[in-house]
Amino acid sequence: MERRDVVIVGGGPAGLSAALRLSQLGIGSVSVLEREPSAGGIPRHCGHLGFGWQSHRRIWTGPQFAARLRHDVEGLDVRTAHTVLGIDGDRLKVQNTDGVFELAAARILLATGTRETPRAPRFVGGTRPTGVMTTGALQAHVYLHHHKPFSRPVIIGSEWVAFSALLTCRHMGIRPVMMIEARDRISAPWPGGLAAGLLFGVRVRTRTRLVAISGRDQVDAVELECDGRTECISCDGVILSGEFVPEASLLANRPDAMLAGNVHGAVKTSGLCWREGREAAERIARGEA
Amino acid sequence: MAKTFDVAVTGGGVVGLAILRRFAMAGLDCVLLERGNDILSGASKGNSALLHTGFDAPPGSLELACMQAGHAEYLAIRERLNLPLVRSGALVVAWSEAERDRLGAIIDQAHANGVADVRPVNPAELGRMEPNLSPGATGAVLVPGEHIIDPWSAPLAYAHQALAHGAEILRRAEVTGGEFAAGLWTLSSLAGTVRARLVINAAGNFGDRVETILRPSPFTIHPRRGQFVVFDKPAAHLVSAIILPVPTERTKGVVLFRTAFGNLAIGPTAEDVDEREVAATDTQTLNRLRERALAMLPALEGVGVNAVYAGLRPATQFKDYVIEAVVPERWITVAGIRSTGLTAALGIACHVEGLYARHFGELPSPPAPIWTPVPNLTEGLPRPYMQGGEIVCHCEWVTRAEIDAALAGPLAAGGLDGLKRRTRAMMGRCQGFNCAAHVEAIFREAQRGAP
Ligand SMILES: Cc1cc2nc3c(=O)[nH]c(=O)nc-3n(C[C@H](O)[C@H](O)[C@H](O)COP(=O)(O)OP(=O)(O)OC[C@H]3O[C@@H](n4cnc5c(N)ncnc54)[C@H](O)[C@@H]3O)c2cc1C
Ligand SMILES: Cc1cc2nc3c(=O)[nH]c(=O)nc-3n(C[C@H](O)[C@H](O)[C@H](O)COP(=O)(O)OP(=O)(O)OC[C@H]3O[C@@H](n4cnc5c(N)ncnc54)[C@H](O)[C@@H]3O)c2cc1C
Repeated sequence: MERRDVVIVGGGPAGLSAALRLSQLGIGSVSVLEREPSAGGIPRHCGHLGFGWQSHRRIWTGPQFAARLRHDVEGLDVRTAHTVLGIDGDRLKVQNTDGVFELAAARILLATGTRETPRAPRFVGGTRPTGVMTTGALQAHVYLHHHKPFSRPVIIGSEWVAFSALLTCRHMGIRPVMMIEARDRISAPWPGGLAAGLLFGVRVRTRTRLVAISGRDQVDAVELECDGRTECISCDGVILSGEFVPEASLLANRPDAMLAGNVHGAVKTSGLCWREGREAAERIARGEA
Repeated sequence: MAKTFDVAVTGGGVVGLAILRRFAMAGLDCVLLERGNDILSGASKGNSALLHTGFDAPPGSLELACMQAGHAEYLAIRERLNLPLVRSGALVVAWSEAERDRLGAIIDQAHANGVADVRPVNPAELGRMEPNLSPGATGAVLVPGEHIIDPWSAPLAYAHQALAHGAEILRRAEVTGGEFAAGLWTLSSLAGTVRARLVINAAGNFGDRVETILRPSPFTIHPRRGQFVVFDKPAAHLVSAIILPVPTERTKGVVLFRTAFGNLAIGPTAEDVDEREVAATDTQTLNRLRERALAMLPALEGVGVNAVYAGLRPATQFKDYVIEAVVPERWITVAGIRSTGLTAALGIACHVEGLYARHFGELPSPPAPIWTPVPNLTEGLPRPYMQGGEIVCHCEWVTRAEIDAALAGPLAAGGLDGLKRRTRAMMGRCQGFNCAAHVEAIFREAQRGAP
């Protein structure tokens, strides 16, 4: 069985910056395992500006940032299209085009990121038409596949990622009907409501909850609830933004594994995740992990 | 249209497909007309996927006979079709004194129904069998023969086997009317006119509407909705058996069960609805189901929910199935296959074949059976990703080759839902956050290339 000093699972900003730092610090054999055909993580499909400042003092789009991260680790052992299926002790079960094999690692760093909460666990009622998706999926449709899945969606949530959804919509000529937030005010720290209204012309409604979705093939309306009153809004899509959940299924048999980036829990910017990867590498180098 | 079929089946649910398979394998020239863009568009797309023994079915009923024949035939053919079986067994668990008092009658009925291995389990033994079940159970009954299967691959395999034996399956082919003259049916459908010597109505929740082509329907469908909540994979090891409640007069009640795909689910509810087509879920019911699951299995706390869904049972005013031959008009009605059709389908097909032989003439001597194994999607059998390949859906480990295969051939997925059912892509914990855009792009590409 192949043995490595450090295996990093996930080649997003956190994983790649950890790999880079470990190599700068001269740590022996380090591998990054990334399940997608290309490394870079979530920024690969965030086609708008907002990346790179904390790490490179530049302002890039997500794909530009991802390309720069890949460039930074050129020559290092980054294995794409390698899926880690499970971890047991110091052994990783890995799948690639050739089959499934095991890899042993003295140190394992999980940088597997996070995902937004989809429809099902939110227990939204109604039928199951197409046109209901998370921001991440919308971005992949728009920026990776140049596909416009709807033209008048309602955006659920107002964490900063909802503003990423607005930018993505604008890029594709999609005109959101409304942004709704269950809490008393916009969740994003920014003067978000103002931005939504002024920059995008989108109405923001707080204290409003998504109750049900209707439509047979494509979404045709949503039922909203505000202060005990329900109301139907016509639309052809629903963007479920935020409510991030760590991509932590690999922790099942290795609850003590070291983490970096968004797999940690609370969602952060890519720059912070990049910095966390770097710090994790330094802890590994100091023998603290 | 020149061709005249021996048999035209209306409805591509599990029942229609099992019947199509049976007649095609018997050497008859068969066609199936399905209203949806894909097979399994009705009741058969959302059920509990349990292979029942019939231990609690009404004694002497046709339902019981068909379930037991169906259960036996599934076990006999499943390996040749590469269909899974999770031999979980079921436990009927009593949670009160009153419920415990009814367990004896359940055992008696099971034995009377010929399910001889059903036996009582005391609370201490139950605790050893299911250590994660919350304390407080007053007793239980073990039904070893209740199993878990894959609800979609089984009917898909029946469809493929029928195709291999020369049957035709028409989708987007809603039957809208028909004329019977000179011993021949001429059915009008959205896919054109079809002529056949016999019509079998297996239209599920639309059975009474299709029946009016022949006669004022002697039964009325009153759809009964069942909602489900599916938990993420770490939950599956928390129970071993299917956990059934002590049933009431009206319903078998809400069941806690593992799925063949390695999840844990709770459901179904039993709600009378007017809607025949789309099964909606509602927040309140889903919350109640989740609470119910947590009450039975406290260790579920913190486990994520992967999916929620609902199905519509084609119930009629009658308790038993409505299966009858209308001899002069060469028509067989197969209706009201309410809550046990996945189990009973193969048995129903056998029964319907018997009706045919009795009323419409001998069947030709059958050709040698052709077996059409389907791709395995479940945890218990080897899966393609283990041999390598590009994984597209990272939660369910679905490969590109599996997606391409599901989009090719005579029964290529007719829509995204059909693609999900054939591959499990997008059915995992992220519900498409990672792969939906990719999978849908592959689907659109295949549609563009399709004739
Ligand atoms: C819609 C959206 C918009 C955003 N917009 C911005 C923005 O404008 N500016 C900004 O700074 N930040 C933005 N972010 C946040 C930023 O993208 C994330 O903070 C950052 O990508 C997190 O980095 P990470 O390395 O922790 O995880 P990720 O980028 O998620 O990378 C994790 C990697 O791990 C891989 N992986 C997971 N499991 C396995 C496994 N089992 N085997 C192998 N590989 C695996 C994944 O394929 C992925 O490549 C946005 C996020 C989203 C979802
Ligand atoms: C919630 C729930 C849980 C269940 N659990 C189980 C279980 O654990 N085990 C078990 O054995 N059974 C179970 N069942 C029962 C089982 O799912 C049904 O008995 C079975 O699916 C009925 O199949 P069917 O072919 O009769 O009907 P359907 O699947 O509804 O098929 C009928 C088909 O006919 C088509 N159709 C309708 N009108 C026309 C027309 N005019 N022209 C052409 N096509 C038409 C429809 O589109 C549909 O595809 C459950 C059912 C539900 C709803």
